[in-house]
Amino acid sequence: MIDATNLTKRYGDKTAVDGLTFSVKPGIITGFLGPNGSGKSTTMRLILGLDAPDAGSVTVDGKSYRDFPAPLQEVGVLLEARSVHTGRSAYHHLLAMAQTHGIGRSRVQELISLVGLDEVAHKRAGQFSLGMGQRLGIAAALLGDPEVVILDEPINGLDPEGIRWIRDLLKSLAAEGRTVFLSSHLMSEMALTADHLIIIGRGRLIRDVGLSEFVNEWSRNVVRVRSPQATQLREVILGPDIRVSSEEPSVLEVDGLTAEQIGRVAASNGFELHELTPEKTSLEEAFMELTREETEYRASTPATEDLAAAQQQERIAA
Amino acid sequence: MSALASTIDPNSVSVQRRLTRPPARVTQSRIFRSEWTKLHSLRSTRWALLATAVMTIGFGLLASAVTVSRWSTMSAIDKATFEPLNTSLLGVRFGVLALGVLGVLLMTGEYTTGMIRSTMTAVPKRVPVLMAKAGVYALVALAISIPAAFIAFFAGQAILSGQHIQIAFSHAGVPGAVLGAAGYLTLVGLFAMGLGALLRNTAGGIATFAGIMFVVPPLISILPSSVANSIDPYLPSSAGAAMMQIGNHANTLSPGAGLAVLAAYVAVVIAAAAVALRRRDV
Repeated sequence: MIDATNLTKRYGDKTAVDGLTFSVKPGIITGFLGPNGSGKSTTMRLILGLDAPDAGSVTVDGKSYRDFPAPLQEVGVLLEARSVHTGRSAYHHLLAMAQTHGIGRSRVQELISLVGLDEVAHKRAGQFSLGMGQRLGIAAALLGDPEVVILDEPINGLDPEGIRWIRDLLKSLAAEGRTVFLSSHLMSEMALTADHLIIIGRGRLIRDVGLSEFVNEWSRNVVRVRSPQATQLREVILGPDIRVSSEEPSVLEVDGLTAEQIGRVAASNGFELHELTPEKTSLEEAFMELTREETEYRASTPATEDLAAAQQQERIAA
Repeated sequence: MSALASTIDPNSVSVQRRLTRPPARVTQSRIFRSEWTKLHSLRSTRWALLATAVMTIGFGLLASAVTVSRWSTMSAIDKATFEPLNTSLLGVRFGVLALGVLGVLLMTGEYTTGMIRSTMTAVPKRVPVLMAKAGVYALVALAISIPAAFIAFFAGQAILSGQHIQIAFSHAGVPGAVLGAAGYLTLVGLFAMGLGALLRNTAGGIATFAGIMFVVPPLISILPSSVANSIDPYLPSSAGAAMMQIGNHANTLSPGAGLAVLAAYVAVVIAAAAVALRRRDV
């Protein structure tokens, strides 16, 4: 269980996280969704106490992260920014982390096998591919068998097999009653993995909603119609609660009627139909629309945004 | 998955797991062990330690050999001011550089690679990490610098004995000076580590360290001698050099006072680093 209350973090005059209040519940996978630079990574650093909030607070199972006597057993974390010394082997990296808690070598070995790094465990982590680095990060996250798992963009750099592996892993962790909090800027990935969504933009909460509710809310039934008599057809089907848009002269996008209803109207008027396709608004489009305001604002003020992004990058690098 | 999640009570499962999981707890001695693993698992550590030993011993041997070969042609004044102890320990002044760079790297390497995020996630109280790092590093530095200082002394004196200008280990103050050389190396290394922790940047850390050790002393000597003489003995490099000297020298601290001054520098820098570590975002 993660509880954030009015969480706020500023870097210089940029507000990276702006009064966020949300809670992440155990037993399900919660997706943390937002465009790049919307404050997801900052929020995660605040949860872990790596950064201190300017206002508000965040707790894990009722406690500040800093107050846990064995934090790796409470929270396992994979941050997006690399968090491994490039000169050290995967084995020694995990061992050094395990030793702070008195976790044994056998557990280290077990995790190396679990994430499939046996053959490269003694190679320097600097030589790892992005995907291998992610696997190492996941091994580190699971070292303490934690109750809460926080993963920042975990599928970055993973191949399709790796993506499926991590999806299954997260589902099994949630099924074991753990809290799984997972960030992504890809709605499509969230739709496949998450049970609940927390959507943010420019550091502010946009939606805190169950996935199925979100899907119902956003799946409008639009039917794509192609006809040489599109203009006449449009006249006939227009009515209250029915919207028709057209990008090409012969194509209509009809919102508010089913394909059957349109087909019937066309037949009774003797219109020729070349295409009649029900389309669902993709969740990706829904997400884009939700966060559009942020994106528009961003596009109109490239200079300040770039500066803020650069500062953020600098912070990460430093 | 939602259906599955609703059939179990996450809290009771979690409680169950907490009960059966092997108990773990972060302790200072465990962090110490972890820092030892981190130190010895990096190649750069071995190179820096090897460089420290090679410079400390090598330059002492070189200085001794040069002196022996030039002895017959040296002026009476040079012969009168010749100090066999200093000559054999000359390499310490160079070993300090290698050990100092390692000290800086131990901290800044965590920041430049991002390792610090893993470290501080495992030990969110932060300061115990600095203490463990300093402890492990001090032990390793002593383990290298004590033998290096003794080898430099005995090998140097063996060479100098070719002209019968050596000093005996039993001579008053010599054992303390040889140990002082090791202490100087170790304390300066810790000083550099503290600088690294404060600056969090490798280039800045090494430049600052080298500046304090090698650039500030000649700058001070430009000042009027009355001013320079009252500042110079208290510089880290001069205080450290005082630890490995015998006899009385003008404008130089006693070995004990040198130790105290250098230790104070280390304490101040590490304390400042601890405060910064607590306050700053990682």
